[in-house]
Amino acid sequence: MSATTIQIISRSKYYNWLVKNLFSSWVNTILTVIALIFVYQVGSFFLNWAIFDADFRYNFQGELIIDRGFCSKNIMPGEYGACWAIIFARWNQFMYGLYPIEEAWRVNLIYALLPLAIIGILFDKIPFRRYFIYFTFIFPFLAYFMLYGGPGLSVVGTNKWGGLLVTLFLGVTGIGLAFPLSILLALGRRSKMPIIKSLCVVFIEFIRGVPLITLLFTANVMLPLFLPDGVNPDNLLRALVAVTLFQSAYMAEAIRGGLQAIPRGQVEAAQSLGLSYWQTTRKIVLPQALKIAIPPIVNTCIGLFKDTSLVLIIGLFDLLGIGRAALADMTWTKLYYEVYVFISLVFFIFCFGMSRYSLYLEKKLKTDNS
Amino acid sequence: MSSDQVIHLEKVNKWYDDFHVLKDIDLVVHKGQKIVICGPSGSGKSTMIRCINRLEAHQKGTIIVHGTELTNDLKNIDLIRKNVGMVFQQFNLFPHLSVLDNISLAPIWVKKMPKNEAEDIAMSYLEKVKIPEQAQKFPGQLSGGQQQRVAIARSLAMNPDIMLFDEPTSALDPEMIKEVLDVMIQLAEEGMTMLVVTHEMGFAKTVADQMIFMDEGRIVEQASPDEFFNNPKSDRTKLFLSQILNH
Repeated sequence: MSATTIQIISRSKYYNWLVKNLFSSWVNTILTVIALIFVYQVGSFFLNWAIFDADFRYNFQGELIIDRGFCSKNIMPGEYGACWAIIFARWNQFMYGLYPIEEAWRVNLIYALLPLAIIGILFDKIPFRRYFIYFTFIFPFLAYFMLYGGPGLSVVGTNKWGGLLVTLFLGVTGIGLAFPLSILLALGRRSKMPIIKSLCVVFIEFIRGVPLITLLFTANVMLPLFLPDGVNPDNLLRALVAVTLFQSAYMAEAIRGGLQAIPRGQVEAAQSLGLSYWQTTRKIVLPQALKIAIPPIVNTCIGLFKDTSLVLIIGLFDLLGIGRAALADMTWTKLYYEVYVFISLVFFIFCFGMSRYSLYLEKKLKTDNS
Repeated sequence: MSSDQVIHLEKVNKWYDDFHVLKDIDLVVHKGQKIVICGPSGSGKSTMIRCINRLEAHQKGTIIVHGTELTNDLKNIDLIRKNVGMVFQQFNLFPHLSVLDNISLAPIWVKKMPKNEAEDIAMSYLEKVKIPEQAQKFPGQLSGGQQQRVAIARSLAMNPDIMLFDEPTSALDPEMIKEVLDVMIQLAEEGMTMLVVTHEMGFAKTVADQMIFMDEGRIVEQASPDEFFNNPKSDRTKLFLSQILNH
């Protein structure tokens, strides 16, 4: 077959696809045209606003934008798009909150190491996986030391943490702590011991029946009441407790779904070989159940990651809180679209990443099982 | 109780809620005996052998295995399970582990055997069931007959002195039944104590030294194969035999 015939065939393949899917009938054709016009209108409007007619650091006159008055759109109303200068001006706060800027390298280091800490958990066929997993277990201590400080490093109180740092801290730590807790809860809920079982059921159902905001308020106001006098955990820790409990209840239900999918014969076979309950759980049940439960687990993680933005209600400055603080600043006020679009974009990047990962896993699981 | 009695059931009763599955079961198994249990479905034959390694708990009566009585005492249950192997209708291999890992798992974790020693043992049993070349595969890649042979090897690797078979060939395609039965016959010839729930009457005639017929939770008839097939006492046994032998 010559190159041109291949070309013709492949061209007619596209042509056939178009005809079959987009222009198969009059109604279909009209709908296609309307949809294309709509996509074009919205897309071009957004791209013009966000990129082609937008200011980044300099306005149309070439001046560095140092407050909202310099934005092109405020100089020539109606002619120009977004003024992203607020993001540049506030970049450090978006990334680190009020973390002292001369210490920000510590946060950057942890940001850079974070992918290395989770890659070993996410992918099972990477070289040196064992060492990545070791690093995963060292990482929380390293991160605590680097971020909070200790011998040799100045202490940076969590009241100075903010922006992406708080969002990632709550999201990653919350998920990380909730995972083992949720396994215990899921196993407990299926336990034959009535007291353990009912404790787990009550815990899970209570937490799932209460909005996260309520839990955050409760943790903020009530946690000190349960602790001895003088022990006053800081706000971020209180939020972390609430987030972790919340996430563990949801994750436990996802894991329970996986546990239920394991045929009874698996447990019976393990028991008949003399394996104990914990050996059976660890070697036979959990490896299979978690594999099945990963997509729903990732779903709950996406939900939690977005929900961390609720902490602004108890006075923490996560990404959204920092954005609102920026808007409250008289120099930059009223640039709502820019700030919210930027924050959305950051959340989107992380959540879309998780979503793609979950799809990848689903595909992988399908091929593994065939 | 004489010394070669390995299993002793006395007045064993079991209920599933209101349903009385086992009614006053008495059974004595001697070392090296091969007992084939048959009966219509729902007659309690699977439940009976599942009580012997406590996959099901009985509610009344006593079950003594190797002089250890089965109670709620977990230590006794563990002790008995180590000496009693079981093969299931649905094989119940661990799909996430390779064939070799399936077999070496229990020796490593229950008997605390070093990994390479356990794998050597696993290989020797795979040779015994004639599929050593499948060691690195996963259960999903094997045929039903091969899977069941792996399941037998997995039980044998714990070196049990009693083997329970719960309808081991019922889930197999006809052409694979023989390869599994051959392994079981070989095991019987080596002197293993075996309790086999099966409808393979050809196998029963070759191997069994006792036949048991169960119906509605009771042992209706217990006899030597010769007696059982040629001169059954109860009408229900006659009816059952005529149904399964005439098709």
